[in-house]
Amino acid sequence: MRVLKLIRKNSGRHLLRTSLTILGMAIAVMAFAVIRTALDAWYAQAEASSPNRLVVTSAISLTFTLPMAYETKIRSIEGVTNVSYAQWFNGTYIDTKNFFPRFAVDHTTYFDMYPEYIIPPDEKADFFRERNACMIGKRLADRFGLKLGDPMHLTGDIFPGDWDFVIRAIFTGAKENTDEGVMFFRFDYLDERMREEAPARAGQVGSFIVQIADPSQAAAISEKIDAMFKNSLAETKTQTEEAFSLSFVALASSIVMGLKVISILVIGIILMVLANTMAMTARERVAEYAVMKTLGFRAFHIIGLIFGESLLIACLGGVLGILFTFPVVGLMKAALSDFFGVFPLRLVTLLLAGTTSLVVGFTAAVFPTIKALRTSIVDGLRIVD
Amino acid sequence: MPKAMVQVEGVYKSYWRDSLEIPVLRNISLEIPEGEFLTLMGPSGSGKTTLLNLLAGIDRASQGSVMVAGSDISNLDESALARWRHRNIGFVFQFYNLIPVLNAYENVELPLLLTKLNRAERKRQVELALTVVGLADRMKHYPNQLSGGQEQRVAIARALVTDPNVILADEPTGDLDKQSAEDILALLSQLNRDFKKTIIMVTHDPRAAEKAHVIRHLEKGELVNS
Repeated sequence: MRVLKLIRKNSGRHLLRTSLTILGMAIAVMAFAVIRTALDAWYAQAEASSPNRLVVTSAISLTFTLPMAYETKIRSIEGVTNVSYAQWFNGTYIDTKNFFPRFAVDHTTYFDMYPEYIIPPDEKADFFRERNACMIGKRLADRFGLKLGDPMHLTGDIFPGDWDFVIRAIFTGAKENTDEGVMFFRFDYLDERMREEAPARAGQVGSFIVQIADPSQAAAISEKIDAMFKNSLAETKTQTEEAFSLSFVALASSIVMGLKVISILVIGIILMVLANTMAMTARERVAEYAVMKTLGFRAFHIIGLIFGESLLIACLGGVLGILFTFPVVGLMKAALSDFFGVFPLRLVTLLLAGTTSLVVGFTAAVFPTIKALRTSIVDGLRIVD
Repeated sequence: MPKAMVQVEGVYKSYWRDSLEIPVLRNISLEIPEGEFLTLMGPSGSGKTTLLNLLAGIDRASQGSVMVAGSDISNLDESALARWRHRNIGFVFQFYNLIPVLNAYENVELPLLLTKLNRAERKRQVELALTVVGLADRMKHYPNQLSGGQEQRVAIARALVTDPNVILADEPTGDLDKQSAEDILALLSQLNRDFKKTIIMVTHDPRAAEKAHVIRHLEKGELVNS
C-alpha cells in the first residue's frame, strides 16, 4: 500500500537522524531490559521460594545460632509436616574471589523439602553414604570444571580449619530460577568436628526450615513457633521463606530502588529521543501536510502518517534493542555469576521492552500530530512561501 | 451562456493580529463561467492569494458566500471540505510542493490514493496525466532530478489527475525562467482549451495574464475592474 510506502520513505528521509534515533532507542531498550533482568535476579530467590516453607532464625540476628534440639519441639506443632536445618558455612574455595553459597544441611530431611533440586538417585545414595561427601549444582560444576569424585578443599573462617570434601552428587534445578551455584555438605560432618574442636558450638544450627501442610496457616504457625521459644536464651524469628529471601533484598534496598529509578529514567530517555525526532520531523513537514490536506487528505491520514512513522522507528529500535539484550545479558550473567545464582532473561521482560517501545512510539507522536493538525492549510503553505 | 462555475457573493475576509483586525478582502462578488481562463492580478498584499484560497476551500470567508462547482463551500465542515476539494479542485502552487521522497509517478498518484480506483486504473490515470504534461519519460524521476519547469509540470499533472472541475494556480510561473514559464502557460492554455477546464490563475506577470480570457484586478482587497 502506498501510504505504508510513504511512511517508510519518510522514515528514510534523514537517514542519519533516523538511524541514530533507532540506535539510541535500541540502546535504551536494551538497557531497560538488562536492568529489569538485574532486578529479576535480585528477586529470583524470593520467587523460587515455596509457600509451604518457613524459615526459623535467631530473633537477634542471622549470625546467632539456635539449639538443634528445637527441631523436635517445632516438629510437634500442629500443621508442621517436616523440619530440617542448615548452617551457613562460608569459607574459601582456592581463592576468596571464588564466592558461592556453602551450606551444611541435615541431609536426611533437607532434600525432601527441596524437590526443586533434582539429584540422580545413585548419586544421592553416595552422598548419604559418605560423611565428608558434598553435593554441588551443575552451574557450579561447570564454573570450576568439577566432576563426580573430585575433591573439594575449603578453608574455613566461621568454622576454622581445613575442610576436605568429595563431590558425590551434582544436582540440576527443576525450575528456571533454581540456583545451581550452591554447595551442600552434611551437617553431621560439621557438627562432629565442632564437638571435637569447639564443643560450645556443637549442636547449634543457623536456621530451621519448617514444612507446613497449609500455606494459609503460615502466620499462625510462625507465631506458635516464636511463642514456644519466647523468653528462652535463644528466641526465634519465624517467617515465610519468601519473606526471609526478601529480607536479603532489603539489605540492598538502595541498589534495588536505584535500579528501578534508572529503569524508569531510561524509558523517559527513550521517549525524549523519539519525541525530539518526531517533533523535528513534523515541523519540517508542515508544508507537506498542508499540501496533502489541499489535495483532499483528511486529519486521520495525517495522524496515520505521523503515528505510522513514529511507531515504525520505535518498533525498529525496540526489535534491535531486544536483539542486543541477549548477548549483553549473557555477558552480565557470566560476569555476575558470583553474586546472582540466577540471572533470568524472561519472556515477560522482552514483552515489557517491546510494549514500552510501542507505548513510547505512540506517545512521541501525540504532540507533533496535534501541532500538524492545528496548523491550518494556509499557515502551512505560508512556510513554503 | 455557460453556467457559472464560481459564484462569490459579498465576501469579506479579515485576519486578526492580537486585537487588531486586518481586512484583506472587502465585498468581493465574482462570477466565473465554466470553461473560463481567468487571471487575478494585483500588487502584493492586495488579496489575490487569499481569494484563491477561499475558492479552493482551504480558507474561510469572514462573511459572504462562496459557491464553486455547484457547492456552497462556506458551510462545509473540514472533513466534507477535504472531500469536496479532492473531487473538484486541482491546485498548482508557485513552488510546486512535490513530496521529495516520491518520484513523479508517485507524486501524481497521491490524490488517487483517496479514491477507490485499483492499481491498474490508477496507473492508467497517472500515465495519462504525465503524458498530457509531456513527462511520460520522467515518471521514475524524483523532484530533485527534475528542472523547475518539469517539477511544475508534475505538479500540474497531480492537479489534473483527479479530473477536477477547476484548476487554481497560485503564481505557477513565479519561480521559473522565461522559457519554462512560457511552457507552463501554454500547458494551462491547452488544459483550458482541449479539456475545458476552468482555470483561475494568480499572477504578477502581465505576459502570463495575457494568456487568460479574462483579467481581474484586485487592489487593497477590492476588485477594481474587469
